[in-house]
Amino acid sequence: MRHPFPMALAALAAAGSLAAAHAATHHAAPAATHAPKTWTITITSLAFTPAPSGMRVGDTVQWVNNDIFLHSATAADHSFDVALPPHKTGSAKLTHAGTIAYVCRYHPGMKGQLVVAP
Amino acid sequence: MRRMIAIAAAMLLGSASAAAAAGAPNDAQIAHIAYTAGQLDIAAANQALQKSHNKAVRDFAEEMVRDHTAVNKEALALVTKLHVTPEDNATSQALTTAAVQHRNDYAKLSGHAFDLAYAQNEVAYHHSVNGALESTLIPDAQNAELKSLLQTGLKLFRMHEEHAEAVVKALKSR
Repeated sequence: MRHPFPMALAALAAAGSLAAAHAATHHAAPAATHAPKTWTITITSLAFTPAPSGMRVGDTVQWVNNDIFLHSATAADHSFDVALPPHKTGSAKLTHAGTIAYVCRYHPGMKGQLVVAP
Repeated sequence: MRRMIAIAAAMLLGSASAAAAAGAPNDAQIAHIAYTAGQLDIAAANQALQKSHNKAVRDFAEEMVRDHTAVNKEALALVTKLHVTPEDNATSQALTTAAVQHRNDYAKLSGHAFDLAYAQNEVAYHHSVNGALESTLIPDAQNAELKSLLQTGLKLFRMHEEHAEAVVKALKSR
């Protein structure tokens, strides 16, 4: 632990892979290298699947509408309002942290929520 | 004619189940009822789109046209695939008679009175269709795909009922 850099080099040599190189870089500066992710939420039979955990500001949420109906993902705090035509996909970039409740504007029984970390 | 067929079937099979089957709608009749219910709601929505100037009412009516058209398109594709010819029946006829009566009554209304009458009837209409789906049509449907489509329909129409209730509430609080 007193010599993280040589240890990382050793790990790189041992694993001999790009993945190990990425892990070493990440270890050195975790905050600066947070790569934005895309998360998928599907709609089937008039329901949103529960949102995956681990969302952060800068990530993108993609909704996949498997229904034959027009839906939307409409945030209660107005931070996004995505139209989701039948069998189409729509996405929104997460711009702020917090718990964001959303609904389908057409089918008010369809409810979801995103938990977004800074 | 249907009654004669039912009696003949009961005599032929000589069983209680045949007699019970005579009372329950078959898949061809269930498909006809579900399709008719959707078409009647589309007709009601089209009347609203001709007459109403209220945004909430028009948005709701557009949603009814869009959703019921989508379900009925699916229903037609399914009966075609299953080689089932939807069969007219007393329930479909009663639904149609009532809907035509309502449309004629609402034709005489305008403005807020029309909007409220349409929205209130949409609550009542979806409520009664949902009751029929739940108590008769879904339990009686024999084909699994038809049953599944009706179940999706019930879920959708419950949300329509909820949406119609919200429209009524907004119209009343004006």
